[in-house]
Amino acid sequence: MAVRRSSIVAIIVVIVGLLAFNLLKSGGNLGNFGITVLSGLFQGMLLFLVASGLSIIFGLMDILNLAQGTYFMLGAYVAYDVQHAGGVVDLTSVVPDPNLRFPIAVAAAIVVGAALGVVLERGLLRRLYSRPIFQLVLTFGVSLVIIELIKFIWSTTPYSWTEVFGLRTQTFELFGQGFSVYRLFIIGMGFLLIIGIALLLRRTRTGIIIRAGVEDSAMVEALGINVRSVFTLVFTLGCAIAALGGAVAAPFLGASSSLGNAFLLQGIAVVVLGGMGSYEGTAVGSIMVGLAIAVAQDAAIGTSFSVLPSITPMLVLILILLLRPSGLFGNTR
Amino acid sequence: MNNILEVRDIHTFIGQFHILEGVTVAVPQGSITVLLGRNGAGKTTTLKSIMGMTPPTRGSIVFEGQSLVGKRPYSIAQMGIGYVPEHRAIFKELSVAENLQIAERHKGDLARKADLIFELFPDLKRLYHLPGGSLSGGQQQMLAIARALVPDNRLLLIDEPSEGLAPVIIEHLMSAIRKLAEQATVLLVEQNFRMASRLADRYVIIDEGHSPASGLMADLRQDNEQIQRYLGVA
Repeated sequence: MAVRRSSIVAIIVVIVGLLAFNLLKSGGNLGNFGITVLSGLFQGMLLFLVASGLSIIFGLMDILNLAQGTYFMLGAYVAYDVQHAGGVVDLTSVVPDPNLRFPIAVAAAIVVGAALGVVLERGLLRRLYSRPIFQLVLTFGVSLVIIELIKFIWSTTPYSWTEVFGLRTQTFELFGQGFSVYRLFIIGMGFLLIIGIALLLRRTRTGIIIRAGVEDSAMVEALGINVRSVFTLVFTLGCAIAALGGAVAAPFLGASSSLGNAFLLQGIAVVVLGGMGSYEGTAVGSIMVGLAIAVAQDAAIGTSFSVLPSITPMLVLILILLLRPSGLFGNTR
Repeated sequence: MNNILEVRDIHTFIGQFHILEGVTVAVPQGSITVLLGRNGAGKTTTLKSIMGMTPPTRGSIVFEGQSLVGKRPYSIAQMGIGYVPEHRAIFKELSVAENLQIAERHKGDLARKADLIFELFPDLKRLYHLPGGSLSGGQQQMLAIARALVPDNRLLLIDEPSEGLAPVIIEHLMSAIRKLAEQATVLLVEQNFRMASRLADRYVIIDEGHSPASGLMADLRQDNEQIQRYLGVA
């Protein structure tokens, strides 16, 4: 309990420190401050969509899924393709309304992510459960294969999102500064997902099995539960959530073949600083790193320190690990 | 007498180590049978082999007429075997209630067994909503046994229940195990010879991966030479 309290203190200190720095730096300009906070939450939620899958899969199955970022990227490509004209699937004549096409595009990304998740777990990973190093190599290899397939299908040129739809273009005003409604939508969706997964873990039998499996999956199996089917479920869910992340990020970030690795690395930083396998740690860690990136982006404007935002996740990780070597909510195991 | 479980000449490897080199154990229906032997003799591996957690490479294991060899642990458990491992393996992050709920095989198992469980282990009622990790060693052992009682298991495999516990708690556990033996057959691993000899009807000695002797506990108590030789206690 004391350990938990010290973690919570560390979280509050870091977040308050970041916000105070930003407020001071912007000279008390609430508009700028508000935008930084919202932008931080937005980036934190995108990170959570990659990191939550990484964290639960690692916790339950002891597998670091290096293909997680690739599923994010794949989600972005699928959503882009379905939304825009002239892709592999062209829905523009069937569903002419882009507002309607967007949820279809997101759903398509989730389905593709989940399907490839099942294939990877059932078809390949399952054979390697007793060989951790092989699993790392396998998920890394699969991510390379998917990246090359994506280049083959969609070419190597990055896409930037051109389709205009309602949610994407509306803005609202906060302390005199405009902010995209779409980003707010992602923040809201992220929070709902954080709560939804927490409820799944806390309130359902499947959740109890997952939490027990994180501690000791062999014992769960000895109680008469087919742990491998739970592994498949969790792995599929993790991949589907990553693809969802890519799909909702695409209107902002577009789709490019470097998207996956950027998010994977930040995602791993979040999982480690949150405490390997801890769901709460991942949720809090995502928001913390998202805010730190946003503050760094704001601080780097007009300086020659343009690299600052991209190294920020690692700086936060180092800081937290110095304070708490097993991460925010990690067990020392 | 009818045997609920028959383990015949099993060989089990862990990694490259040949741990069991031909172990045979017969467990009569309704009995309390104990596996005796020194540390590292292969008692725990015998239980794990029955559960399919360290599957044997040779030999047969038959439970109620059905072979267990080649089955995964979860389907072995589903046939009606409860496993209480060494060091208890309580889920520390889960509450006592959740530790019991997870063992349900059918909806309502826990509700039906709650009276029996709280009669055997009244402490668990008070601790019901606390995390498993906050329980003392004795309480965790009680929870581990209670967990095996939630579904309708006909055979319970209990590994070293007295390990690291105070004598008062061991007494309490012994009476609980005696009571639950009225509902299910028990196969026990126990280092504590005094406890084992007071509890069990039958014994099987495991020594260096073999099972050189077995029989009625009443006979073993008289046989000091046998006890000296395999257990090193008088």
